[in-house]
Amino acid sequence: MQQTWTRVRRSWELYLLVLLPVLYLLIFQYIPMFGVIIAFKDFNIIKGILGSPWVGFKHFTDLFQSPNFPLLIKNTLLISLYSLLAGFPIPILLALALNEIRTGFFKRSVQMITYAPHFISTVVMVSIIILMLSPHVGVVDRLFSFLGWSDTNFMGEPKLFKSIYVWSGVWQEMGYASIIYIAALSGVDPSLYEAARMDGASRLKKILYIDLPSLLPIAVTMLILSLGSVMGVGFEKIYLMQNSLNVSTSEVISTYVYKVGLLGANFSFSSAVGLFNSIINLVLLVSVNAIARRVSENSLW
Amino acid sequence: MLTKTKIREPFGDRVLLVTIYVLLGALTLTVLYPLLYILSSSLSSPNAVVSGQIWLYPVEFSLKAYKSIFQSSQLMRGYYNSIVYTVIGTFINVAFTVLMAFPLSQRAMAGRKYIMILMMITMFFSGGLIPTYLLVKNLHLLDTRWALWLPSAFSVFQVIIARTFFMSSIPMELQEASQIDGCRDTRYLWSIVLPLSKPILAVMTLMYAVGHWNAYFDALIYLRSEALFPLQYVLRNMLILNAADPEMLANTAQKLRDQGFEQVLKYALIVVACIPVLIMYPFVQKHFVKGVMIGSLKG
Repeated sequence: MQQTWTRVRRSWELYLLVLLPVLYLLIFQYIPMFGVIIAFKDFNIIKGILGSPWVGFKHFTDLFQSPNFPLLIKNTLLISLYSLLAGFPIPILLALALNEIRTGFFKRSVQMITYAPHFISTVVMVSIIILMLSPHVGVVDRLFSFLGWSDTNFMGEPKLFKSIYVWSGVWQEMGYASIIYIAALSGVDPSLYEAARMDGASRLKKILYIDLPSLLPIAVTMLILSLGSVMGVGFEKIYLMQNSLNVSTSEVISTYVYKVGLLGANFSFSSAVGLFNSIINLVLLVSVNAIARRVSENSLW
Repeated sequence: MLTKTKIREPFGDRVLLVTIYVLLGALTLTVLYPLLYILSSSLSSPNAVVSGQIWLYPVEFSLKAYKSIFQSSQLMRGYYNSIVYTVIGTFINVAFTVLMAFPLSQRAMAGRKYIMILMMITMFFSGGLIPTYLLVKNLHLLDTRWALWLPSAFSVFQVIIARTFFMSSIPMELQEASQIDGCRDTRYLWSIVLPLSKPILAVMTLMYAVGHWNAYFDALIYLRSEALFPLQYVLRNMLILNAADPEMLANTAQKLRDQGFEQVLKYALIVVACIPVLIMYPFVQKHFVKGVMIGSLKG
């Protein structure tokens, strides 16, 4: 105890430095965490969070009984699983392919160009999608009519929403997401490659038996992280891509929270939806982590 | 005479390599094509865009759309606001990240583990939209610039990367030597650690700056006054909600408008919105690959 105190006194400057960020954490992260109790209350703006009456699980049962509920869950899960299925392997393949090429103009151009879309803002990204897919004038629709397929109103077609969302996401993020795997590959011990070459391994075998296993730990970590946020499909892009025609397949939990909560000023109900969402995420994260630890000895903690 | 002997790669390997080159080339073209198409469309005449003549390069070259963008006070104000949000916001972010990461990297600090846990929890659990909104409201930050700066003062992810960098890339001997010379922690951070951390600071600045420049959601929920709107919010109104600024169309004949001037305008808006990031991008691209590597390998 005495010892700890001396240590604390000796590094008082460090505590002074960290004071501001910790205050930020307490105010802007932890106060809202306690603010979630409004999900169990009937929030009244005049009485405030503490003064509003408790209603228990009323908002949760309202949510579960709401006719929108199954659709919301279905859309949220389908969109994020689809994104995961398409978005997870492609960056790994890209990294493996880039790793086969010696450094030079081609490699540098591929990297520079594929990383670039990551820096395009969501607003601009969605505008690009809408412009390219717009009927008659958009380049994709013109290509389709050129090939003899009839005019399609892509953004107004509920069936197409998920694919447009997912594949435009892959287009935007694959290059950037591959960086982490490229970094991992650059850390592989070169003597492994030399030994493999001595033994007469082909390029493909080298990829299968050296590169892929080296990527496994980081891939598992990324998978856990993304599974942990399966229910947290990005609000921004979906909200911007939504229109009255595709809303039946594009309404997800986060857009619903925004519409009911902030636009409809139904704070308590909306918080309950948000809380329900975070809890599922937390449960998913913890259980996927446990499975990963048992199966592959890789886990977040 | 010396002849270079080189073992030729087996046939199967060469086939694989060629396949990889072809696939990567095709992939790169699919990423590049839409970007070129947008640029070309923005430089073409409305006539050419609407009649579908553009496939790759500009047709009937015209800068008219760009000219009218600079006449829009709404857009220019958005541009100005975004610069203000980005510069000050990024400064706050970087300062907070360093202030958090440096003490957490010092083994001498008792209790740093608890601060670390306090921070990590926020990665997996947060109050969510409504409680955060109510907090901002109760602090009277609604409809002020502070609402875009304070609620996201740093990202946990960046703190972890910075902390890892401080711990692994700055030799312990430097600290010992400076301590013997009577250097306190703050002085050590300022005069020794920060100058040695330029690459990671550059990456961090870029990440935060791009984040601020591209953000629109915070503006959507916290801001009401038009004078405060950042560029992305203005763009969203123009590009997605189709509410073009009348000033931009003022000098355009009705006939031209019908022929799809608004369409060209949209392409030009996209280009103009991306320019600042694209200018920065080539200079820091090398750095951010390094930055991600630091964060991922030694974590």
